Amino acid sequence: MSRALRIGIVCPYTWDVPGGVQQHVRDLAEALIELGHHVSVITPCDDPDAGPSVVQPYVVPAGRAVPVPYNGSVARLAFGFLTAARVRRWVRDGDFDVLHVHEPTAPSLSLLACWVAQGPMVATFHTANPKSRAMQAAYGILKATFEKIGGAIAVSEAARKTLVEHLGGDAVLIPNGVAVRRYGVAEPLPGWPGAGGSLGFLGRIDEPRKGLDVLLRAFDVIGRQRPGLRLLVAGPGDAEEALARVDPVLRDRVVLLGQVSEEDKVRALHSMDVYCAPNTGGESFGIVVAEAMAAGAPILASDIEAFRHVLDGGAAGALFNVGDPEHLAKVAGELLDDADRRTALAGAAREAVRAYDWTTVAGEVVRVYEAVIPERGAVRLAPDAQM
Amino acid sequence: MGDTFGWVALAITVVVLVGFYVSWRATRLDRLHTRVETAWAALDAALLRRCAVALDLAGSRFLDPASSLLLATAAHEANIAGPDRRELAESDLSRSLRAAIDQPDLGGRPEAEDRFTDVRAATRGVLIARSFYNDAVRVTIVQRGRWLPRAAHLAGSAPIPEFFEIDDAPPERLS
Repeated sequence: MSRALRIGIVCPYTWDVPGGVQQHVRDLAEALIELGHHVSVITPCDDPDAGPSVVQPYVVPAGRAVPVPYNGSVARLAFGFLTAARVRRWVRDGDFDVLHVHEPTAPSLSLLACWVAQGPMVATFHTANPKSRAMQAAYGILKATFEKIGGAIAVSEAARKTLVEHLGGDAVLIPNGVAVRRYGVAEPLPGWPGAGGSLGFLGRIDEPRKGLDVLLRAFDVIGRQRPGLRLLVAGPGDAEEALARVDPVLRDRVVLLGQVSEEDKVRALHSMDVYCAPNTGGESFGIVVAEAMAAGAPILASDIEAFRHVLDGGAAGALFNVGDPEHLAKVAGELLDDADRRTALAGAAREAVRAYDWTTVAGEVVRVYEAVIPERGAVRLAPDAQM
Repeated sequence: MGDTFGWVALAITVVVLVGFYVSWRATRLDRLHTRVETAWAALDAALLRRCAVALDLAGSRFLDPASSLLLATAAHEANIAGPDRRELAESDLSRSLRAAIDQPDLGGRPEAEDRFTDVRAATRGVLIARSFYNDAVRVTIVQRGRWLPRAAHLAGSAPIPEFFEIDDAPPERLS
């Protein structure tokens, strides 16, 4: 790293309400701070006095977001001159080297920051927005504001495509990171993994592509061979329907937790002797597998491209033939019998997942910052956005 | 003989009178349907006018860009909404107008009154046109519901008019 940067990040959605963008901003901000940069995040906030676990020291509350109709549903957004004045003050006092706005196409704080500021500016686009006709209609108004963005980041190919098709211009693709340290340590669920060993599954149980069916059919084989073996399943969907697919003899050894909290998801990953990812396709990156890797779970995944890539060609987790329950059962049996191999795989996984850690992702983002930061000159107020 | 003639004359008179009456009721109903159509045309025009004013305000740089984008999106959605989504979209536009115009720190600005004149006229226009239209619809529906128009099919193939129910409360700053 060449030097510590002063980074101003704008989050358009209410900080103390759960959401993908908020989580992304928080993970990114903390990773950047860990890398030694100075970070300030301005965001709408319901309860600015909620304490440092909710409103971290690097957060500057910008007032409450207001529920308004937007794109056919009600969204909570922060707009108006009072909010713009707060952003203006934050930009003026922040003396930032770079301003990083998230989702600037939403009529909220990020757009206001783009408006009041000028200088090195980076934007991250999160969602693919199919309803962009209105966006295009309004684009004329916002053109001058968006022109200030020196570098764009898209978190997915779909988000990048939306940006290219509807606003023009291109973006660097930097996917979300995995907050590795959040997965590292957790207490297993009570009674797990158990003496007879356990297999595990995370994800929607009624979505065929997630492949629970393949795993259930494998359990039909391996569960009969090993009387103590249990199967732990965590994820939303119709539990009764899923259980009906299991042979009655094996049914009491299949435990369905339903939808679990983020915390219990991590605990579940620590409750399995072998984590199975039997997905039959449709994964572009394999975030589920990366999370299991971060938890240090021994992994058995189907040999689809995304998983093979993230598992380092099989070095950081075993692979089985896509959609083949017999092969799954066979490899799972080998793993259950070989504790040393499981330990070795888990160790390799923890090592390999560091490439997807937020720290690594934040490093990529800093490279984007450096590309838009000139030799001299920082973020300052735009003279043409006077109120 | 004279008696029979008297009865026939009376019967003819009654038939003619009934005929006149029914025809008068049909004309009345027809007039009501025309009134509904005219009122709808006026309401439609008022809504379009309000859309145009909202888009104008959104593009004026009088508002901050976030409020502008909100307003432009809502106006655009109202503009393109089909008949089944129109009421929802127009209500959303009313709410967006309130959100944009009733925000703090806006009223004191020098050009505010100029900007607000058009919006006030347009929202007021919608309010009036909608009340006239719904009034026409109500009277027409009551008329069509009476036994004679129903029995004699006086409404013919004219569709039953529908009320137009939206949230059209104007921004507080303008009321």
